[in-house]
This record gives sequence, C-alpha cells and structure tokens, in this order.
Amino acid sequence: MGLDFTVVPAYLDTILIGVLWTIAITVCAALLSFFGGILFAVIALYAPWFLRLPVRLFAWLFMGTPLLLQLFLIYFGLVELGIDLPAFVAGVIGLGLHFAVYNSELIQTAILAVDNGQMEAARTLGCSRAQALRKVVIPQAVRDVIPPIGNNMIALLKDSALVSVIGVSELTLSSQLAIGRTYRPFEFYAVAAVFYYVVNLGMEAVMRRIERKTSLSR
Amino acid sequence: MDIELILKVYPYFLEAAVVTIELSVLTVLLGLICGALAAAARMSRFRLLRIIGAVYVSVFRGTPALIQLFLLYFGGPQIGIQLDAFEAGVIGLGLNIGAYMAETMRGAIVSVDGGQTEAARTLGLSRTQAFRKVTLPQAMRLMIRPLGVNINAQIKGTALVAAISVVELTYTAQRYIGSTYKPFEMFFLAGVLYILIITVTGKGISYLDRKVRLP
Amino acid sequence: MTEAHKFVDIRHAQKAYGDLEVLKDISLTVDRGEIVAIIGPSGSGKSTLLRAINDLDSLTGGEVWLDGVQINKDLPYRQYEKHINAMRQQVGMVFQHFNLFPHLSVRDNVTMAPKLLKGLSDKEADKLAEEQLNHVGMLERIDYYPSQLSGGQKQRVAIARALAMQPKLMLFDEATSALDPELVEEVNLVMKRLAEEHMTMIIVTHEMDFAASVCDRVIFMDKGVVVEQGPPSVVFQNPTEERTKEFLRKHLAQHHAQNAAEAAALTAAQTNEGAK
Repeated sequence: MGLDFTVVPAYLDTILIGVLWTIAITVCAALLSFFGGILFAVIALYAPWFLRLPVRLFAWLFMGTPLLLQLFLIYFGLVELGIDLPAFVAGVIGLGLHFAVYNSELIQTAILAVDNGQMEAARTLGCSRAQALRKVVIPQAVRDVIPPIGNNMIALLKDSALVSVIGVSELTLSSQLAIGRTYRPFEFYAVAAVFYYVVNLGMEAVMRRIERKTSLSR
Repeated sequence: MDIELILKVYPYFLEAAVVTIELSVLTVLLGLICGALAAAARMSRFRLLRIIGAVYVSVFRGTPALIQLFLLYFGGPQIGIQLDAFEAGVIGLGLNIGAYMAETMRGAIVSVDGGQTEAARTLGLSRTQAFRKVTLPQAMRLMIRPLGVNINAQIKGTALVAAISVVELTYTAQRYIGSTYKPFEMFFLAGVLYILIITVTGKGISYLDRKVRLP
Repeated sequence: MTEAHKFVDIRHAQKAYGDLEVLKDISLTVDRGEIVAIIGPSGSGKSTLLRAINDLDSLTGGEVWLDGVQINKDLPYRQYEKHINAMRQQVGMVFQHFNLFPHLSVRDNVTMAPKLLKGLSDKEADKLAEEQLNHVGMLERIDYYPSQLSGGQKQRVAIARALAMQPKLMLFDEATSALDPELVEEVNLVMKRLAEEHMTMIIVTHEMDFAASVCDRVIFMDKGVVVEQGPPSVVFQNPTEERTKEFLRKHLAQHHAQNAAEAAALTAAQTNEGAK
C-alpha cells in the first residue's frame, strides 16, 4: 500500500475545522495558564499557609506527572464528582492548569528577581504592598518572563494534540476521523503535522513581535 | 481514598512502572545519540549537513510528539516500516527528544567563550583539537543541567505511548480508572510512581553535575 | 509662639540588628522649610536614619513625628499599613539608584501613584506630570522609557515622581552618589531650586560643597550618634569635635586625590590625542 495524497482534499473541510478547534483550545488554555500562573505565583509567594500549601502541593503533583495522566484525571474525575462538562472545557481546564503550574514557576522566579528598590520606591510613594505588587512588581516580572512563557505557549499548542484522547475534536481527532473512513493514516497524520508546523511558525512569529515590543521598557 | 483498592492493584502499577523506566532509558539514550549527531550536523562546515540538522530539529520540535508517534506507528506500514507499539514508542519518542537535546547541546557549546578556542588555536591546536580538548569538555559540564530538564520532560513524555496501547504507567492508570471508576486513587498511585522515578533521576543528575563541576 | 510641635521630630531613635547598634538614641528636629544635610562616613547610620523617617527601615526604639502625627505608630498590622501608606504620601523620597519603574514611561512613572492613590483622572494626571517634569527640565522626555535616559535625567524624573505626590517633606538618600561626575550638577540644580522654594528637605550626601551652599544646617553623624550639628559655616570651618575634624580632613584629602587623578587622566588623554 503506497502513499496517495489525493484522498486528502475531500476531507480538507474536516481538517480545517480541526485546525480552528486546535487554535481555539490553544488560545483559551493559554489565557487560563497565563492568568492562572500569575495567581498561583502570588499565592505561592504571599498567601497565608492554608492557601499556599495546597497550591504548592498541586504544583508538585502537576510538575511530576504526565499531562496525559492529568487529562484522564480531570476528565474522569469531573464525571466522578458529578460535574458534566463538555470535552472542550475539560480539555481547556486540563491544558490550562498544567501550563499554569509551569508559568507560575517562571513568574515566581521573576518576581523574586525584581529589584527590591522597586518595591521600596512604590511604598515610599504611599502604595500598599498589594498595590506595589500589582502596579510595579508583577508587570515587570511578567515582562521578564514573556520569552519563556512564549515557549510554554508553543509547547501548549503541540500538547493540545493530547486532548484528542478525551474526545475533543481538534486537529488530531479530526484527522483520526478521516483515517477511520479512508484507512490512510500516513497521509492524514502528515497533513496534520504540516498544519501544526504552520501554526507553530505563526506563534513563533507573534512571540518574536511581542518580545520586540516589550524590549523597549527594560 | 480507597486504600484497599490501592493495595489490591498496586502490583500492576509497579509492573507498569518498570515499562515506563525501560521506555525512559531507551528513549533518552536514543535521544542523546540523535541529539549529538544533529548538534554536530548543525555546526558542521558542510552546508548540506547544516541544513539536514536544522530541518530535523525544526520539524521534530515544530510538530506534536503524538502526531510523530502516530505517523510512525500507524503510517509506518504504508512506507514499509513495520514496528510493534513498544518499538515505535522508543524510536518515535527518541527522535523527538533528540531534537530538543540537539538544541540543548548546541546551546551549551555556543555559550563557551569564543576566547577559549582562540587561545587554543594560538597554541597551535587544530580546529578539531581545540573543540575536543577545550570547548567540548567545558560544554559537557554546562549541558548536564539542561539535559536533565530534557530527561525529566521525557520521563513524563513516555506517557504518550499509552495512546498506542503500550502497557506502561499511564495506560495502566487509564485502564483501572475505566474499570474501577476511582480516578483519584489511580492518579495518586501512578503519580507517586512517576514522581519517584523523576526524583531519583533528578538526584542522579544533580550528583553528576556536582561531581564534574569545576572548582 | 504657642506650644507648637516641631515639624519633623525624631525622639530617641534606636535601631539594632541583633547586637549591632546602628542608631544609638538619636533625637533631632527639623523645622518647616528647613534644609538639613546629614553627613558622615559610610556605616555611620545616616541612611538608616533617613529610611527610618518613612519607616522603610523600622526603628527598634523611639518615635518619628511629622507635623504633629507619629509616623511609626504602634498599630495592628492592617491599621498600620493604612496609616503608613497615608503618611508616606506626604514624604517624598529619592534614592541613590533612582528606582524608576522600568516598565513605565517617564509620564507613567510620575502619574502612577497620583492616579492610583489620589484618584486623579488621566487628564489631571497628565497635566500634573507635565508640570512636574517641566519643573525638573524633563518635559521633552515625557514619552521616553527610563532605559533611554542618562543617570542625571533618571534622577530628575525620580524627583518629579516624588514631587507629584505634593509631599510636605523630601528625603534624599545620596541622590547623586551613583552619577558620573559630569551629571551631578544637573541634579544639584534641581535640588537647589527646590530649596529656594522652601521645600523641607533632609539630604544624606557626600558632597560637602553642595551641603555648604544649600543647607541651613549640617548634621555630622558617626557610629550611630549625632556628633555635631550647626550651620554649615560652623561645622565645616570651625568644627568643635575631634571626630568631625578628622572626617573632614580625610574627606578633603580624598577629594583632592580624586581631583588630581582626574586632572592627570585628562592630561594623559590630551597628550595621547596630541601624539596621534
């Protein structure tokens, strides 16, 4: 059985819809992971112990286990708790939380690296600690971690393929649908790979732009 | 938490953990070889080798590991590559992590101060001698930690082969979640084993790093 | 005069890190509109005293009063935070290393606190920023980022930022020490202008010439105590304490050595230039 890419065009609309879902889940999970990461970082550094400890434990568990296992936990765990969410939402939560933990580590390091004089200067103007964090320290920390967070977001795009196993019909699963009808795995996975690669290049270009824009204010 | 259930099923998880360790060791070894070759190719004097190295790194880092695995395992037979799931897992994931390791190695080599090569060359060493005797020994020390990060990621990355039904930790956890409806217990059991493997590996890498670190 | 309070009143200030006493029972007052320089060798406690005034470094004993209100009141944490934030709005501070916010433009550095803490609208805040920056001669750099400014320009913006909160008192912590020699003067000019406007200022400095020309009073500190204080003419020309004399002598010698070195470097550079 050789290769025959002529079967692909008939399924192009299925694949393109899959691409759109892949982009949608990547964007939603990226936003969740970004703001979740800031929240986790602030809790891990500044919250009282009864908040700090659970977040640290959660981070420890999520950094030490595979994403795929976490997706199974969230998907089946939610069902077990009687929460019935669409697969897409479960996928966003799983991917978002996973990467929030990684982003949080980056942001924590960056917050601690912001010069103490910045906090002092804000405090001498009369800002409270929370205001100084919000207006002065966290914006700088976030700016410093934009490049590594960008890398995490590109990793997120590729890891979004994993949510196909919990039934989110993104690019990987829609390719599998086409394969189910045509029995041509190589062709469709190769096409999927090309689309992932292109979106990946697009994201890299966007990240470079953002980096250039933020490089002035440092 | 259902302790009784955990005590009943844990031997199966231990067996599965052995498979995860095997997969980790084999993929990391293959990854180190591919990574070293690709890094060398990317820094070669020959344009063609540089291009091949760059394409390998870019393609394998630019697409999902899961797709690479599916392409090899399900698509392989179409182009005459017949592998069982475990073999496909080792080769697919090994090639994938190799691309990341290539970048790690190249980064370490590039970050060795250029003055080092110059100093070696002024002593009369050839390009290759300078690389082998001066640059590489320093780069090797620099790359242990970042390679450790790659290895840590790869141990978790072996979970992907669950999607092609290799019976390792994640696959086992998934199967028992399906049959017992106890997702938290099964996650806990598999999670502890993963964290154990990762922690022990991490300690080993830190030890190695300390041992070769220059005073 | 009725039973008036002193404007700044430091009573028995003590500060210790474990066994190390940095401030040993210092009492000082500063009148409204008075300009005071604190001089002394490094490690004398002068910066600690300055930072204690707005409680950046908390005293381990004693009180600091500003305009009849105690700054370092003993309050429960939450109330104290509220109180100290309100007090700090009345006390401007300028740091040795500027501490401008690198992620904000010059304009936003100046307007951030007034907008956040005083509820100024964007328009009001912009007007305020323009006024204050004009005052320090930095109006044309309003849309620059700190990384695009020289040290002297940064410090002038930092002064404008502090002044934008309309403080009653300004603290300067070695404001020109981190600057290249040729940039010191522009900052000194801004401070001189403030002095002419009768802003109350407490200035920790190494620059004796500046202290002599601008300040009403000079305080010499050493090893955590005030050794001597008085008008600059007295402290600089006729110090009574032996420690003051010694400090001034050493300082002068250093100053001369530095000037000589600079002159030598300049000559060498010119000679080189000539040789080319």
